[in-house]
Amino acid sequence: MTEVGTARKRSEDARLITGNTQWTDNIQLPGMLYVAFLRSPYAHARIVNVDTSAALDRPGVVAVFSGADLAGEQGGLPCAWVVTPDMVLPDHPPIAVTEVRYSGEPVACVVARDRYAAADALEAIDVDYEPLPPVLDMQAALAEGADLVHSDKGTNKSYTWVFANGDLDAAFLDAAVVIEREYVQQRLIPSAMEPRSVVCQPFGDQMTVWSSTQIPHILRVMLASVTGVPEQNLRVIAPDVGGGFGSKLQVYGEEVITLILARKLGKPVKWTESRSEGNQTVHHGRDQIQRLRLAADADGRIRGLNVDLLADMGAYLMLVTPGIPLLGAFMFPAIYKMDAYSFTCTGVFTTKMPTDAYRGAGRPEATFAIERLMDELAHELDLDPIEVRRRNWIKHDEFPYETVCGLTYDSGNYEAATEKALQLFEYDKLRAEQADRRERHDTVQLGIGVSTFTEMCGLAPSRVLGSLFYGAGGWEHSAVRMLPTGKVEVLTGSSAHGQGHETAWAQIASDALGVPFEDVRVLHGDTAISHKGLDTYGSRSLVVGGVALVGACVKVVDKARVVAAHLLEADASDLTFENGRFSVRGVPEQGMSIQEIAGATFAAHNLPDGIEPSLDSEATFDPENFSFPHGTHLCAAEVDTETGFVKIRKYVAVDDIGKVVNPLIVEGQVHGGLAQGISQALYEEAVYDVDGNLQTTTLADYLVPSASDLPTFTTDRTETPATTNPLGVKGVGEAGTIASTPAVVNAIVDALRPFGVSDVRMPCTPERVWRALQEGVAQ
Amino acid sequence: MIPGSFDYLRPTTIGEAVSALAESGEDAKVLAGGQSLMPLLRLRLALPEVLVDLDHVAELREIRDTGDSVFIGAMATHHQVIKDPLVRAHAPLIAQATATVADPAVRHRGTLGGSLAHADPAGDLPAVILALDGVLIAQSAHGPREIPAADFFEDYLTSALEPAELLLGVRIPKLGTGWGFHYEKFHRTAQAWAIVGVACGVRRANGAIEECRVALTNMGPAPVRAHEVERALLGRVATQNAFKAAAAHAAEGTAPTGDLHGSAEYREHLARVLTARALTTAAGI
Repeated sequence: MTEVGTARKRSEDARLITGNTQWTDNIQLPGMLYVAFLRSPYAHARIVNVDTSAALDRPGVVAVFSGADLAGEQGGLPCAWVVTPDMVLPDHPPIAVTEVRYSGEPVACVVARDRYAAADALEAIDVDYEPLPPVLDMQAALAEGADLVHSDKGTNKSYTWVFANGDLDAAFLDAAVVIEREYVQQRLIPSAMEPRSVVCQPFGDQMTVWSSTQIPHILRVMLASVTGVPEQNLRVIAPDVGGGFGSKLQVYGEEVITLILARKLGKPVKWTESRSEGNQTVHHGRDQIQRLRLAADADGRIRGLNVDLLADMGAYLMLVTPGIPLLGAFMFPAIYKMDAYSFTCTGVFTTKMPTDAYRGAGRPEATFAIERLMDELAHELDLDPIEVRRRNWIKHDEFPYETVCGLTYDSGNYEAATEKALQLFEYDKLRAEQADRRERHDTVQLGIGVSTFTEMCGLAPSRVLGSLFYGAGGWEHSAVRMLPTGKVEVLTGSSAHGQGHETAWAQIASDALGVPFEDVRVLHGDTAISHKGLDTYGSRSLVVGGVALVGACVKVVDKARVVAAHLLEADASDLTFENGRFSVRGVPEQGMSIQEIAGATFAAHNLPDGIEPSLDSEATFDPENFSFPHGTHLCAAEVDTETGFVKIRKYVAVDDIGKVVNPLIVEGQVHGGLAQGISQALYEEAVYDVDGNLQTTTLADYLVPSASDLPTFTTDRTETPATTNPLGVKGVGEAGTIASTPAVVNAIVDALRPFGVSDVRMPCTPERVWRALQEGVAQ
Repeated sequence: MIPGSFDYLRPTTIGEAVSALAESGEDAKVLAGGQSLMPLLRLRLALPEVLVDLDHVAELREIRDTGDSVFIGAMATHHQVIKDPLVRAHAPLIAQATATVADPAVRHRGTLGGSLAHADPAGDLPAVILALDGVLIAQSAHGPREIPAADFFEDYLTSALEPAELLLGVRIPKLGTGWGFHYEKFHRTAQAWAIVGVACGVRRANGAIEECRVALTNMGPAPVRAHEVERALLGRVATQNAFKAAAAHAAEGTAPTGDLHGSAEYREHLARVLTARALTTAAGI
């Protein structure tokens, strides 16, 4: 039996679930100090004066610093994605010095002997603010004479990025159908279970940083450049990390300041956020206004699509803030063929928390828009939403297919996934029930939502990232250490924060090396151990990092074969390698296990000439293309027309993510992804009031669902292997999130069509649904 | 978040607890199950000087039969209330409504008394106790005091308890036979507070409604008794139409506020819809 493809329970789960492990906040070091941040109560204000003297007198307080106190050494937070040459990129001090531009922005910090003393002393800092007008609405922010977020820049526009292919005017000229819509992607707060936490420990001229981060390697490079600690003296460790969803793909001011304080005071320093601090100041996600125009023929065939986005950057550009909407730029045409496509995105500054990557990052927004439009097109032409998709999608025999965006989709089978989903869903039966409920004027109406999505993931080919002015490559690294006892250590540069690498990577290595699963230990997340890597985001771990591991294993086996041939006194080409054992072809009793060879290379008593001791190896992988998972998701929603309450009755997700290493992990990723996508449709929204204060600072105000709010998911797969990597894998981390949001909203709108409803703004709260019904009926 | 500093007292008897409150007065807060107070402390919205933790006052957890009523001790946890045979037999509405509170973790720590003393209009149990004409028993150094539920919930997070008074529990009159009850809770997620809740009981005899109680959660700064609905149903035959017609009065006399989960207008609409549903379910038709 092979390990790859086996639904193993995750070996890391016992320690993660019990919490009996090294979360960053669990770290206690001798003499450790604690930092707390004073944050702006204003969305926008000039800092006239910060008086820290009273706070310094508080018991247990070691030091208090304002932004001005640290101005000479705190540097600026990095943005690694300059999307256009003329992009406006404001300075972003970790602690504000002259002006605050979002509520929650740090203005001072207290270092104390315990976290209680630090929190108490914050109240003694006296800040004199001169309030400035908040800038909260993107459209108003772009108007002539608008109040400015950064007055020295003269504009609230950061950039306009354009892509176009084909003759859009011709596509719209004489088009039988033109659909024009505006959708709002509300602002979301990534709600990782583990809050952010960082510990910095100085030791001579070395600095060790533990951080609850997705990106220990990138963080190391960035902290080195911001703080001036030479990279070789800086070690970054992401111990067990309890989720991120993109929010920990960031270089946070708190990380920089904690390091600077540890260096300044010569003591270990810790910072851990509270949930409400996190809701305010973890980077937010989504927040776009999408203006869309789609032209189609009378038979439903799409001719062209025009996308005009406003994307809220928030107050500053953080690590990849400006690039996030552009990750969606190539995904609006999705699985559909069309002649012309135009995309424009304008990044706008507001006095809100900066936005950045959140699970799916640009692609959920694009998928939502096109899948909503496809349902609108179906309605306009009185076609079944499945049929209108079928008429437009790329057929299985047309792969590889170059899309209107210039991407080459290597593989896919939309027909097969859709067919399977329809069967599992019992589509015809539910349509009949829908008709019956309409007929009976049932209080509870039934709607069916379709989402036939694809995504580009496995970030990514370094060359493509370079052409988009992204500040890094997209390769990944792995290494194998064959230990003297025949046990194995696998290193991966892609650091797990809940994904289950320790299980999946061990399964891959177990098969490739022919060693027992239990003999493999996977090491990650420490720049001194897994020294090279580009970390975890964009569903890239398996597609890039897993493939790197395969390469490293191949190198081990290749070298072992040479050693085996020498020790067995046979020709290498006469050796077979099966289940971890080399044997001479035709003489199976004459052989050696890979463990014995590991021991022999460690002893190095008898190695062939030119062969170095040890069986270790390392490899990197840089994909030639993105991968393109796809799938068909169907949602049946019951809508209570008296209260507006939406209940998901049935949800079928058929995903095609290529080959699968561990079906149980895939199942978990899909379930979690669905929960988050459904949650955008129904529950979540970061709300700022008219003064620019965040109102959703707690989980009582910012609703995230629990298991009891979600239906029992029906999940299945089709398997069309990726052709662009030797594992045939495509990535699954974001699929559920990307696919599900439009499926749910399509279902709600479908339920309410007879009442004249054609859209409900997300999140589709009971009140919004109820109001849409009142307005629809009134018309 | 991190609470401000406070002194911590942990009495083991009612007498010790009452003395502790008498000494600390307005600077003290009583800690019951902590499910409402702890978040307030952590957000520094409450900054008491003294915390009087009742966790070790075992006698406050008792639930007992007192003849024509059932007495539920203030420190009985939600979980205990849900499972208690006396409550289930004589005050099933309390058991049913309590089962809708938050999640199992909260229900194992949170207490009925804490929830009533907190007087959050979005809490489920104040409206339930109001509908059942419960009587709250308080104790201070000056002796015990009985406060009818109708007088207990005064305003947003404000009860009739004096700073030095300890809530001992609540007495629920046994209502006898012929009653049907229901608590209809409307919320966006299972763990969220009610946007609106309706607690009701209906007693029928010979098909007609002889008595009826309706109280509303989160329709004002304190739970509201929907007297107009109750009056409109007296003597009526229990039909869906009768309940709907009566429920049209549900929002009368209420003063809901709007928040992120629903505007005042929507809450008024919900009160009418949910009252009709709650009555229908309670009457079992």
